Amino acid sequence: MPDTPSRASKTLPPPAPIGAEKKAEEVQINGRPYYPGGDPDMPLLWYLRDVLRLTGTKYGCGIGACGACTVLIDGKAQRACLTPVKATMGHAVTTIEGLATDAGLHPLQRAWIEEDVAQCGYCQAGQIMAAADLLARNPNPGDDDIAKIPNLCRCGTYPRIRRAIKRAAQIAREGSK
Amino acid sequence: MNGLSRRAFLFATATASGALLVSWKFARADQPLPYRGARDEAQALGDFVRIEANGDVIIGARGCEIGQGVKTSLPMLIAEELDVGWDRVRVEQLPYGYVETDKGPSNRYGGQGAGGSDNIPSGWKELREAGAVARWLLVQAAAARWGLPAAQLRSQSGAVIAPDSRRLGYGELAAEAAALDLPKDPVPLKTPEQFSIIGKPTRTVDGEAIVTGRAQFGIDAYFTDTLFAVMLRCPHLDGGVEKVDDTEARKVPGVKNVVVIEGPNADEPIDGVLASGVAVLADSTWAALKGREKLKVEWTEGPWTGESTSALAAKANELLDRNENAVPVRNDGDFAKTRKQAPIHLEARYEMPFLAHATMEPPGAQISIEKDKAVLVASLQSPSGASQIISKLTGIPRKDIEIRLTRSGGGFGRRLKNDFVAEATLIAKAAGKPVKLIWTREDDLQHDFFRPFGVHAMSAALDKKKKIIGWSHRCAATPRNYRDRGMAEGKTPLYIGCVEPDDFPAGLVANLEKSYFPVASGMPRGWWRGPIHTFHAFAVQSFIDEIAVATKQDAVQLRLDLLGPPRHMKYEDSDKPGFETGRLAGVLQLAADKIGWKDKRSDGHGLGIACHFTFGGYAAHAFEVSVEGSELMIHRAVCAVDVGRVVNPLGVEAQMMGGTLDGISTAMNLAITLKDGQVQQRNFTDYPLMRMAQSPQSVEVYMVESTEEPSGAGEIGVPSAAPALANAIYAATTVRVRKLPLLAELKRML
Repeated sequence: MPDTPSRASKTLPPPAPIGAEKKAEEVQINGRPYYPGGDPDMPLLWYLRDVLRLTGTKYGCGIGACGACTVLIDGKAQRACLTPVKATMGHAVTTIEGLATDAGLHPLQRAWIEEDVAQCGYCQAGQIMAAADLLARNPNPGDDDIAKIPNLCRCGTYPRIRRAIKRAAQIAREGSK
Repeated sequence: MNGLSRRAFLFATATASGALLVSWKFARADQPLPYRGARDEAQALGDFVRIEANGDVIIGARGCEIGQGVKTSLPMLIAEELDVGWDRVRVEQLPYGYVETDKGPSNRYGGQGAGGSDNIPSGWKELREAGAVARWLLVQAAAARWGLPAAQLRSQSGAVIAPDSRRLGYGELAAEAAALDLPKDPVPLKTPEQFSIIGKPTRTVDGEAIVTGRAQFGIDAYFTDTLFAVMLRCPHLDGGVEKVDDTEARKVPGVKNVVVIEGPNADEPIDGVLASGVAVLADSTWAALKGREKLKVEWTEGPWTGESTSALAAKANELLDRNENAVPVRNDGDFAKTRKQAPIHLEARYEMPFLAHATMEPPGAQISIEKDKAVLVASLQSPSGASQIISKLTGIPRKDIEIRLTRSGGGFGRRLKNDFVAEATLIAKAAGKPVKLIWTREDDLQHDFFRPFGVHAMSAALDKKKKIIGWSHRCAATPRNYRDRGMAEGKTPLYIGCVEPDDFPAGLVANLEKSYFPVASGMPRGWWRGPIHTFHAFAVQSFIDEIAVATKQDAVQLRLDLLGPPRHMKYEDSDKPGFETGRLAGVLQLAADKIGWKDKRSDGHGLGIACHFTFGGYAAHAFEVSVEGSELMIHRAVCAVDVGRVVNPLGVEAQMMGGTLDGISTAMNLAITLKDGQVQQRNFTDYPLMRMAQSPQSVEVYMVESTEEPSGAGEIGVPSAAPALANAIYAATTVRVRKLPLLAELKRML
């Protein structure tokens, strides 16, 4: 089995050597299997960034307090800075780079662009991943549901985040009709 | 071209694909200007526009994008005069444009830093001219092709149009236009009625890149063969490294090297690294972090071991009580005499905490140093400062230092300093390899150039008709940065960054004194978004409210009375235009109207208002709040703003919304405190930025329609937010908060 792909291109992980079903010795990231071979305690954040060069997932605090590193693990929002790579073995990880599909951008990504949410943009991947978890659980979230997203934004984009999540919910509803 | 080589004079060149590269200004600084344009004639040329044969337009963005929107708004200025559809424009980030001319160092792109809300004002003329020159060349090319006088042709949306309606797309003309000489005379600019891009709500050009994770921030850059570095910095102010035991650190798999970095001496200006420390280099960030944990370092404690916030507060108040040896800031009339004779006299003190910048992307830098050249990729606000530091530390001439700019995950003034660049440079020099330096959040909160700490003592004298006839503002504070080289050499007055001579109500009250008392401290200080303005607007605008309450006057009317009839007043904080009393009155009135100032509130709701002038812009905030138990509820947040002509309404709205929330978040909860000469906060758990649940659902932003020259919008949204909030809390509770952060103070007082 090859070790960690070390020459991963900047934007796309290398082709997977085997099929997409989840196995105990691999971690599936954005639909492709990887076989982390380094320090199993390395947080997923640094594995994604330093090893795979999937840099959309951001470092913000290292203690799970800010949410800039939020990814989906088996569909649930998790802090990549606190999750050791070994804990993701046998699970499916989705990062911001894997949120769009062949059909196009995720409704949240479209809504985020339309509402012009980002200012500096640094926390936004984490915000979107947290919102993706919320929308998957609750296709029609209210203000109180949205307010439970604890991710920090230093620029103060919260009002536009609120609008974008509601707009995304609407896009998703219209898309599924 | 008077015998000058066209090539030397003109940087408009055709590429192999027929693309047009248009520079604007002139090729060499010693040659006469072909047209009068650049504000700074010593600045050399730059390339901003490229047109592909297929008509695609590539516009270079020169500014440091820190979230203030300049990567969108500055190219809009060029595109407007170029006369292209914005949907055909692709924006590319320009690198730092250092060039050497016969007159000395210059920048081919003009100013590239991010400070003082200056990008829009400085780009307003220069960048529109860049677009206009490019358009002029395209029209000349069409005129030559058709054999018609250029005066008969017009341009529209990326095409030149003849009187008989024939059209030639810019792409078809690009190669020919590139072969032409630049205009000898100034090219006329559009009149505002002709604007089709300026003034249109325009989304950020990086919107899709950001939501797909492709946008590049400084932290996202990786050099081949780089080593990852983290530093353990001395926790004591101006302390040093006594002894390092790196045995265990070097045993951590992946750790490659350990390097000691010397900090500045306690009496030297800080213009390199900020603190002494030990760097761990490894093959991943994680290995470097693990290695750092294993370091055993003995520190020397430095001269500030006893320093604490409470001692600084006591010292500041003592200085104000003694009132001796003040640094004079401004003196109009005779305040002391006025006060003695006035029937009404009021005073109050306001305490401001140290603040950290806490940019979401912490400081950091990637640098590769070879024998005679260096490449830096980092999130910056001052690329020229970075260039100077690297050159000073390596001996590499600045022209051989390449600096690639990226988006920055916030700036707020933190990146006006380049200490992190200095660290990366020294580490890379010692390691002999490219280095990627990462700061953790703990590093960031503990080792910042903090906003100053201080106490404002306000005093006012009123006549029998309750008119303010005397005003005194005395401030005792840690100077904004006594180890700034300009301050250390006595070139910059000590009060800069803490008291502003011309700030409201200077010039509006006949007897006015402002004075300053420096408080010695080992805490590094620097600029924090709207630096001086956030620091003292809280005191000024809270005190005005206190005067209104104490003398039973309307808080809006009292301010309007002070501002008086619209007039122009000098304001010497920079090269910005002066202060227009009418424009400040305008935003104040607008905010009051929108919040429904005259409508009585019931059920414990209270209204508060404040206004301020910052870097050429005017803003007022009005809030409706209630306090339930010890919980502060913000029911409405109104921000009225006048930044002159609005270049991008969507961007200005974002800045006002974000500035308002930054102001609220900071005022409610944020403070950096010192104990035993060490910063007590470590991470977001004890420096709690506002989360969505605490944020108002919306910020209502109202922009004044204006034909005035545009001012920047990145800072004006902050200063009046905190006092408006405190004033609203008073209205709702009759509790007056005079110390920030206000939630802790409110809980203490309720």
